[in-house]
Amino acid sequence: MIIAEPKPIQEVAEYIKEYHKVLVVGCGGCTSVCLSGGETEADILATSLRILRKKEGQKLETVVTTATRQCEPEFIDGLKELVDEAEAVISLGCGVGVQFLAERFQEKWVLPALNTILAGGTVQPGQWEERCGLCGDCQLHLTGGICPVIRCAKSIQNGPCGGSQNGVCEISTEMPCAWQLIYEKLTVLNRLDLMLAYRPAKDWSKERSGGPRKMKREDAAL
Amino acid sequence: MKSCSGLEKVLTEGRFAVTAEIGPPKHASAEKIIEYAKMLKGWVDAVNITDNQTAIVRLSSIAAGVHLYNNGVEPVIQVTCRDRNRIAMQSDLMGAYSLGMCNVLCLSGDHQKFGNHPQAKNVYDVDSIQLIDMVRGMRDDKKFQCGEDIKEHQPKYFIGAVANPFADPFEFRVLRLEKKINAGADFIQTQSIFDMNRFEKFMNMVRQRGLHKKVHILAGVTPLKSARAARFIQKNVAGMIVPDEVIERMEKVEDQKGEGIKIATEQIQQLKKIEGVAGVHIMAINWEDMVPEIVEKAGLKNY
Amino acid sequence: MNNFKPKIIAFCCYYCAYAAADVAGSLRLQYAPEVRLIEMPCSGRVDPVVILKAFEEGADGVYVAGCMEGDCHFLKGNIQAKKRVEHLQKVIAELGIEPERLAMYNLSGAQGDRFAEIANQFTERIKKLGPSPIKEGEMYNDNS
Repeated sequence: MIIAEPKPIQEVAEYIKEYHKVLVVGCGGCTSVCLSGGETEADILATSLRILRKKEGQKLETVVTTATRQCEPEFIDGLKELVDEAEAVISLGCGVGVQFLAERFQEKWVLPALNTILAGGTVQPGQWEERCGLCGDCQLHLTGGICPVIRCAKSIQNGPCGGSQNGVCEISTEMPCAWQLIYEKLTVLNRLDLMLAYRPAKDWSKERSGGPRKMKREDAAL
Repeated sequence: MKSCSGLEKVLTEGRFAVTAEIGPPKHASAEKIIEYAKMLKGWVDAVNITDNQTAIVRLSSIAAGVHLYNNGVEPVIQVTCRDRNRIAMQSDLMGAYSLGMCNVLCLSGDHQKFGNHPQAKNVYDVDSIQLIDMVRGMRDDKKFQCGEDIKEHQPKYFIGAVANPFADPFEFRVLRLEKKINAGADFIQTQSIFDMNRFEKFMNMVRQRGLHKKVHILAGVTPLKSARAARFIQKNVAGMIVPDEVIERMEKVEDQKGEGIKIATEQIQQLKKIEGVAGVHIMAINWEDMVPEIVEKAGLKNY
Repeated sequence: MNNFKPKIIAFCCYYCAYAAADVAGSLRLQYAPEVRLIEMPCSGRVDPVVILKAFEEGADGVYVAGCMEGDCHFLKGNIQAKKRVEHLQKVIAELGIEPERLAMYNLSGAQGDRFAEIANQFTERIKKLGPSPIKEGEMYNDNS
């Protein structure tokens, strides 16, 4: 899933300082699961923003709602009336959610309440880690299921580099070296030959470098 | 004088500047570059060296610049944001300065999709305007991009930027130019001009905002080799406008190359009359040997 | 500021603090009259939004009182409550409200005296802090 973290409340308050009525939209998708942008978080944010405004002796009206997923037109179409009544919209979706709302509601400012940080998963309650670099050309079959594109700080394809020591990466002692993990996993699988084989320069045109990407499924089209 | 640049001197003195442009070879020999240097010497004030233009790997712009410099031609080294991050850029800029380079042209660079390594990862760590600000900061604030002091021997570049009056949104182009000036651009080289009306409109807006007084604008001129080439540019090159009249004029004549040179020459004379145009930048793509002839026919050889 | 009568909301678990309040009552123990009790089925059931809303509506201090750690009727409700309170302390700090205005206490249902002590101590703490910064806003209105 997409992991996002809340922006400082003061920062969000600054975005909306000229408005008196805002719609706060939570997302029932990824940001809800990572406890940053669900129903509760939307309510907490709205209350916090009202408290800040009240401290200044002014009023802020907030309407709080949560879309099942902000990244699906059918789930945000229904927000139209609420959006129309508000001066601005605050989205607790990831960057995708904010943009889908902004595209759907052309005349409105849609403002982000979160910083979208990674594609990953829950490693333990309350802790999420990056796992996928969205490179568009998965090589996990060669690395024992550990991604060097995103889990190696240098995205090295023929690792580990000289900065790997005691199992951790040179940039942080809290960060395992992805290539150490790959080495261990391939050892267990008795497939170190994969690590010995030269990996040629990657085709980065399939990732962000190649420009914005699209995926189509003709049979799913209406 | 902000820099060690001869081009700066010409422009500050108010002389009509002429610059040309060459693309380094796709091999490791300087022979051709030296040949160009000998050919262009005395005809132009400075020569741009492209930085892997259209994302095709070529001999480095800085190395080519050194060859020009050693052969009596002042180089303008182009730096794109596509291939290097801020660490490499600053390092290369200092290195180039130590080798005698005084002019830099800052640009985003063509996307690698159009080049011979479409699988490459692009960098774009900084964009062209941030690059301008970085070069200006190294010169004027005596600081690296990170804010750390450059204690001595700061590189003092004459900073160039590009402007494209033919891209969209048209109204914003002048404002973006202004953004580049505010970031620190000293001179501007424009995209090749074929649509003179649109360029006049652009310059009109430039003058309204007083930008021509803050920056030296060199108008881009490209001689067309043939009607076919013109048609190709019209259809296939993003960010360029070639009006039908120009193509029709080329089509009508036997000697299309001669007509191309003639059009370029006329354009230069027209451009010279536009208030705020401080010079021309001749981009004779794969036709660099025509530059002296164009300069001569346009009556720009003043030394 | 001497006649400042703070508004204090105490979210009390039915199994401990609320029961302890009864004990305090039957023992005729005096405790700060500023404290308003809200009975909760478990301290873990206190919604963070409700705590924030209490501040929004003008509470000068809020505390959650749950069972002794390890004694939660629902196993870990009080541990959850403690974490939530700690998290919300950071949130209210971001809003410019002193984190000390929010607290978590643990006690058992038999500790009537402890209940009164907590109520008095917390009230004393809030009195020292003065009115909630949210009331600064009301001053703006008085002036206008």
